[in-house]
Parts: sequence; structure tokens; C-alpha cells
Amino acid sequence: MMIGELLIGLLVLFGAVVSALSAYGLIRLPDVYLRSHAATKSTTLGVLCILSGAFLYFMFYLDHVSAKLLLGIVFVFITAPVAGHLNGRAAHRTGVPLWKGSVRDDLSEAMRREEQARVQAQEPQILRQNNSGKGQSDDGGNSGRTQV
Amino acid sequence: MALQILLNFLIALVWMFLNNNWTTAGLIVGYIVGLVMIGLFGRFWPQGFYMKKVWAIVKLLVLFIKELFKSSFTVIGQVLSPKLNIRPGIFAYTTELKSDWEVTILANLITLTPGTLTLDVSREGSTLYIHAMDIGDVDKLCSDIRSTFEKAILEVTR
Repeated sequence: MMIGELLIGLLVLFGAVVSALSAYGLIRLPDVYLRSHAATKSTTLGVLCILSGAFLYFMFYLDHVSAKLLLGIVFVFITAPVAGHLNGRAAHRTGVPLWKGSVRDDLSEAMRREEQARVQAQEPQILRQNNSGKGQSDDGGNSGRTQV
Repeated sequence: MALQILLNFLIALVWMFLNNNWTTAGLIVGYIVGLVMIGLFGRFWPQGFYMKKVWAIVKLLVLFIKELFKSSFTVIGQVLSPKLNIRPGIFAYTTELKSDWEVTILANLITLTPGTLTLDVSREGSTLYIHAMDIGDVDKLCSDIRSTFEKAILEVTR
């Protein structure tokens, strides 16, 4: 009896400490990406520990199997990564800079390449539109494309 | 797989009718009896016995919880260290997973593990751009993901 309660108490305490540490990390870390590491990650472990501690306590000491607590874990684990991913993606798309200590950025390069490819694919069309706007024939548009 | 589970429930129901035992315990015993029967006829199913898939899912969950604890402690250690000794960065990870479901699960698992965050997925879905808290060796990080998560997901889906 005593030992079980003690273990469950330790589990809940551990979850609370992890949540507190991740809140501290949220303030401590320098840029938005690193902060979302602290915010979404250690919190999932904290929630997992607190809710499973509560579940075990209800099951063993109050004779009540609470499926809602398990559902809580499942929903946190489904939604937390989506929120973290969208935060990071929106930040990167709107050009939030990385921390000065960052060592590499493959995504910016890939986006620049994609942008270049898109511009190159569009340029002949723009030229053709300009040419037809001046009242030239279709041949003018074609020659414009070959110049590009 | 859905058909096998349905058949399993049907056998459990028949078992309950035969015993005239309408309790949860009766259902569980009937389900286990059905499980044994379907397992014995496992090689006649085109996709094999469905408990193999369930077992693969359990293995994926255990692997994920293990990774969650391991990397949580790493992140907590880095947050608590007096001097920020990290080298964050974004690296591209090429995955062999094909379908949307597999890539979604992989991206979610990577995001849930502390220390790594999926920032973007390329248009064709084969490259994941991952922000890592501490890039020591990119090749090692990639092979870690490949040998743990990707392998476990492949076991579940194929």
C-alpha cells in the first residue's frame, strides 16, 4: 500500500518537475525553434507521467478505470507534434532568423532552389504575355522563350 | 486485417452463445479462443496472422517511449547547463517511406522526440527538413532515425 502510493507520487512529481524544467527552457533558449523544442517536447513527457500516475492511482486505490485519462495522453500525443511543426514551419516561412550559433540550414537552400526553378518556369510565360501585349505574333513569344 | 478482427469477434460471440455466458470474462475467453484458431490457420491468410502487426505496433510504441525518455534527459541537461553548449541547425533527411501515412507518422514521431523538430516536408514527400537541437554528426543522426523509427514503421505497414 505505502510503496505503491509512494511510487505513483514519485511518477507525478517527476512529471511536474519535467514540465517546470521545460517552462524554464522556454525562457532560457535563444530563438523560436529552440524554444519550441523545450515547449512541446519535455511537456509531452511531463503530461505522460502525470496522467499515467493519476490513471494508476484511480485504478489501484479507487477501483475506477478512467479511460478519459488515457484519452488525454493520446490526444496530447496527436496534437503536440502538429502544433510544434506548424509553429516552426510558419516561423521559417516568414523568415525568422536562426540563432547565431546555428551551424547549417538545408531548408533555406532548398527553398531558394525551388524559388529559382519556379521563376525560371514562369519567365517564358511573362515574356510571351509582354510580347502579345505589344501586338506581336506568336513567333515573337517563341523567340522570347528561346532567348531565355 | 479488419476481416480477421471481425472474424475474431464473431468467434467470441459464438463462444458466448454456446456457453450462454454473457459476461466480460466470457467475451475475453471467447476472443482468446478465436485468436488461437486464427493463429493456427495463420498461413492461409494472404497477409498473415494479424497479431504480428499488433506486435509490431507495440514494438513501435515501446521504442518511441524509450527514445522519448532518452532524448528528454538530453534536452533537460542542455537546458540546465550553465553555458549553452549546443549547435542547432536544419538538416535534410531523405526517407525511403512512400505513402502519406508512413511519412506523416515518421514526421510526428520525429517531432515528438525531444531535440528534433520536423520543419517542412518536400513537395514529393521524400525529404524531411529537421531542426535538431544539437547537430554533432549529421550522418549519425540520419542513420539513427533510419535504424530506429523508419525500420519500426516499415514493420508495421508492410
